[in-house]
Amino acid sequence: MPATTHATRNPFSHAETPAVGVKLEDLCKSFGSFEVLKHITLSVEPGEIFVLMGPSGSGKSVLLKHIVGLELPTSGRVTVDGLDAADETTREKIRMALVFQAGALFNSLSVYDNLALYLREHQLADEAGIREKVMRALQILSLENAAQKFPSELSGGMKKRVAIARALVMEPQLMLYDEPTSELDPVMSATIAEIIATLKDEYHVTTIVVSHDRDLALNIGDRIGILMGGELKFLGTPDELRQSQDPEVVDFLNPKIDLKNPRFKRLETPS
Amino acid sequence: MKQLNDILEGIGSTLLLLARAARYVGTLPRQFGRFVEQCYVIGYTTMPIVAVLSFFIGSVLALESGYAAENLGPKQFIGLLVGLSMARELGPMMTAVLLAGRVGSAITAELASMKVYQEVDALETMNIPPARILVLPRLAAILVMMPVLGIVADLVGWFGGAIIAKYTHFISIEPEAYFATMRQFMDFGDVGNGLFKGEIFGFVVVLVCCNIGLSTRGGPREIGASVTKAVVTSLILILVLDFIVSKALMK
Repeated sequence: MPATTHATRNPFSHAETPAVGVKLEDLCKSFGSFEVLKHITLSVEPGEIFVLMGPSGSGKSVLLKHIVGLELPTSGRVTVDGLDAADETTREKIRMALVFQAGALFNSLSVYDNLALYLREHQLADEAGIREKVMRALQILSLENAAQKFPSELSGGMKKRVAIARALVMEPQLMLYDEPTSELDPVMSATIAEIIATLKDEYHVTTIVVSHDRDLALNIGDRIGILMGGELKFLGTPDELRQSQDPEVVDFLNPKIDLKNPRFKRLETPS
Repeated sequence: MKQLNDILEGIGSTLLLLARAARYVGTLPRQFGRFVEQCYVIGYTTMPIVAVLSFFIGSVLALESGYAAENLGPKQFIGLLVGLSMARELGPMMTAVLLAGRVGSAITAELASMKVYQEVDALETMNIPPARILVLPRLAAILVMMPVLGIVADLVGWFGGAIIAKYTHFISIEPEAYFATMRQFMDFGDVGNGLFKGEIFGFVVVLVCCNIGLSTRGGPREIGASVTKAVVTSLILILVLDFIVSKALMK
């Protein structure tokens, strides 16, 4: 597997920048009259992998955007390492990388330039140094051969890996993944899950993964939260999740396909 | 009421974007490559069509004024008429209209698609302000290229008029006479006046198109809607500003 082959030298210096914790305090978000997030209180410890699960449209991605400051809370507060995420200067003080669901690669730039952009714009290294860092990140994700390609030439799985590599180049203290395994085949999903776990182990970066991939959550998550209808339905370790008796949680994790009583014809949701 | 709200919000966000871009003026030397690229896209690739358009505007001006002057008097004043109209009004105005259609629409389409496909969000999470790398180089490029385009428009328009004036049978005045009236009654102030207007139009068009592109929300359908909105807004602004600036410059 690509992520496990290297471990000899760490080009990314995380020693002096420790992982950061994230706190959500009574976070509410509404779009118009529609309440997307209802009083969410949650804390993610430095250096752990927190997986946020939930059905589509439950507000997972919106929650993630609050952490990087792309969305502002209607009420409540999000802090990263004690700093308010809604404040633009927080982004300057803490390196946060968000791996977007669709990759959000810069289509006009090659894969190499996509990775180099951050380093160049912030003048973090000379061209030789940039080259070393970019190639190392590409190597970690087995993408050396794709360096000169453009995003439109890549497959879905490669785009996601390039997006992860681009985030890795930032040497983030906080890494956020939005649906990293959606639209991928099972093997590629497993590969991505392994990459996420390996990056966290090697660089001790706080990781928040938004996903509805059950295997990923149970295998690599230190803690798991389940968001349903804008409320946190479950919060605990994978073992606690496996033992959960809450019918909604059980149904979400192991939905039974019932042809005699199909969900779309049921009048009320199971409770 | 909602429309008024939208207009005010548009003005506000445009000014905010301008202020944001202005904050990063110091980074321009580092962005020289992007600046040159934008000069190429905005200036160089627009030049041929500006030339063609100006040539025919100059020609038609000469033709129509020649037709009208048949019964009125000295035809060599056609030169002055074409010269003044091109330099003070039609050169900058038509160049700006072309710019809105050709460059403004492309800017909005590009930025709107970057916004819709979350590339702009990605830039923000990387702490790279879009105003710095997407807007500022374009604004700098238009400030440099607009006078160049304006001068090309003026010159080609004048020569277009001169050619028509010589070879149209009911006008047939020599270029010497045509340009003599221009030299006699026009000065650099007239040309400068037009170039200044062009500078304002071009800057506003690029700024407004950037802002509309970056304010796009939704999916691919909204990209098209944004482009339409950008071009229409630009055209209206050009015409309104044309009146305001011309009036102000006449004092």
